[in-house]
Amino acid sequence: MRNVFRDSLVAQAARPEFVFLTGDLGFMALEPLRAALGARFINAGVAEQNMVSVAAGLAKVGLRPWAYSIAPFLYARPFEQIRNDVCFHDLPVVLVGNGGGYGYGVMGGTHHALGDYGALLTLPNLRVFIPAFDEDVVVMVGRLFEEPHPVYLRLGVSEKPASLGLPPYAPWRRLVRGNGPCLLVAGPLVGAIAGAAVALDEETRPNIWVLSELPFPPPPPEFHADVRRADSLMVVEEHVAAGGVGAMLALHLLGQGQAPRRFRHRAALGYVSGRYGSQQFHRHECGLDPESVLADLITTS
Amino acid sequence: MSDGRSFDDIVREARLRLLRMHYESGVGHLGGNLSALDILLCAYHQVLGPDDVFILSKGHAAGALYVTLSTKGLVTDDELRQFHKDGTLFSGHPPPSGIAAIPFATGSLGHGLSLASGMALGKKLKGEPGRVLCLTSDGEWNEGSCWEALAFLVTHRLDNLVLIVDANGLQGFGRTEDVLRLEPLAEKFAGFGLRTIEVDGHNHEALSRALRGGAGAVIARTIKGKGVSFMEDRMEWHYLPLKEAQYLQAVRELEGACATSSATRS
Repeated sequence: MRNVFRDSLVAQAARPEFVFLTGDLGFMALEPLRAALGARFINAGVAEQNMVSVAAGLAKVGLRPWAYSIAPFLYARPFEQIRNDVCFHDLPVVLVGNGGGYGYGVMGGTHHALGDYGALLTLPNLRVFIPAFDEDVVVMVGRLFEEPHPVYLRLGVSEKPASLGLPPYAPWRRLVRGNGPCLLVAGPLVGAIAGAAVALDEETRPNIWVLSELPFPPPPPEFHADVRRADSLMVVEEHVAAGGVGAMLALHLLGQGQAPRRFRHRAALGYVSGRYGSQQFHRHECGLDPESVLADLITTS
Repeated sequence: MSDGRSFDDIVREARLRLLRMHYESGVGHLGGNLSALDILLCAYHQVLGPDDVFILSKGHAAGALYVTLSTKGLVTDDELRQFHKDGTLFSGHPPPSGIAAIPFATGSLGHGLSLASGMALGKKLKGEPGRVLCLTSDGEWNEGSCWEALAFLVTHRLDNLVLIVDANGLQGFGRTEDVLRLEPLAEKFAGFGLRTIEVDGHNHEALSRALRGGAGAVIARTIKGKGVSFMEDRMEWHYLPLKEAQYLQAVRELEGACATSSATRS
């Protein structure tokens, strides 16, 4: 996803207002962007607090800054700068966090971002974009240059199976159709889950939706219809339950009088065994892997 | 001055207005407002041009900023009377929007210099004229982000940015030198590669000359609570509101000082 992100930005390099800041990250990835932007590519050093405030200052004079780092370094270290300097002033700064969730795997907990969008969505004016596939990144990058508000872009690794046909980008998309239960996923882990689900027979195959923008726009009628028909919904996300999509959607459905009889939520659980491993290892420990999700979804719905 | 008032008149009226404003609203933070007021007035009346920007990083001197803006006609008298009232825009620290002359909400320390660096860099990238002046406190340099900003502005050769330090030597709960040793600050700034000068932060001529002179950093040596005998160099006036007797004494002292100053000049 990162290389697609880079190439999409290189394609926008001629925009005179575009400035890219990195917190000393991007080796073997961002060099073409640096070459394309010249003086408008700024390595702000390992100093994320300053980087975010500088981005706010750049936006204040009419530029369009994108500030990039590994997700936890970008959202947690400079949280106050994001709140005070970017969000209070509703400035169009794009904060790009690479490796949302357990993306940095065995690098360890310091490099994971399990509560990033939940924390950031407590701030005023900010929108979160969670691309699920490389194709989403291309659409989002173009759109974010026109976004008038602060943005957090949570990058991961696209896991789109070759067998999956992708509908055009939308905040809510149904990726898989079936007569089984209803599943909503936020983030790239939807790819592997959808890939496993398409092999199921139509009667048990779930309707699988992916959500890519927060706060989410109202769900489309088709989503409500799927939830109503199954009278059951499972939400899966690589983020802790607190502040996550599950809580947001449950509140929304309750408020709309559209809550299903059964609601389940699978979320990041931290470090279940106290041991570290790949992103897949942590997903498996949390029950976020396709096998665990589908087994639970199909046998208990 | 265009309305016939001398700069000394403006300073005297601003100081009295600052006192009254804090007395009437029953709030503190006067010490650091009084140490910063001369810097603000010199900047706004004698240094800043139409393309320049001023960022008050020591947001707890918001009162001094509001009063200074009022001396320039950028804030009305009615607005000043709303200081600290319910429903006001004129809160204890500068707000993020609603006052055109204030670019950023500040109050949490260690943000302003980075914001100023972003604006200064943006001006350079866009080829725009003007400088960015940023006033920090000295205690604010406890914050690591200030040093991040310092390294950044030097690396990017932001010669359109002027860092000003209101060095009154006192902070929230102790003397700056006792809490986290800061001196020799000028040597530290110079060590980063920043041309740095130190001035008496209450000498208007020296201050204005320094702010116009092309230095990257101006360390203004000031006195917390400047002009009021029982406040000067006293930490508690970071917090305390004025009682009536104290207010009246402070007014007498400031008016007396101004009278003495005028008599000396004549």
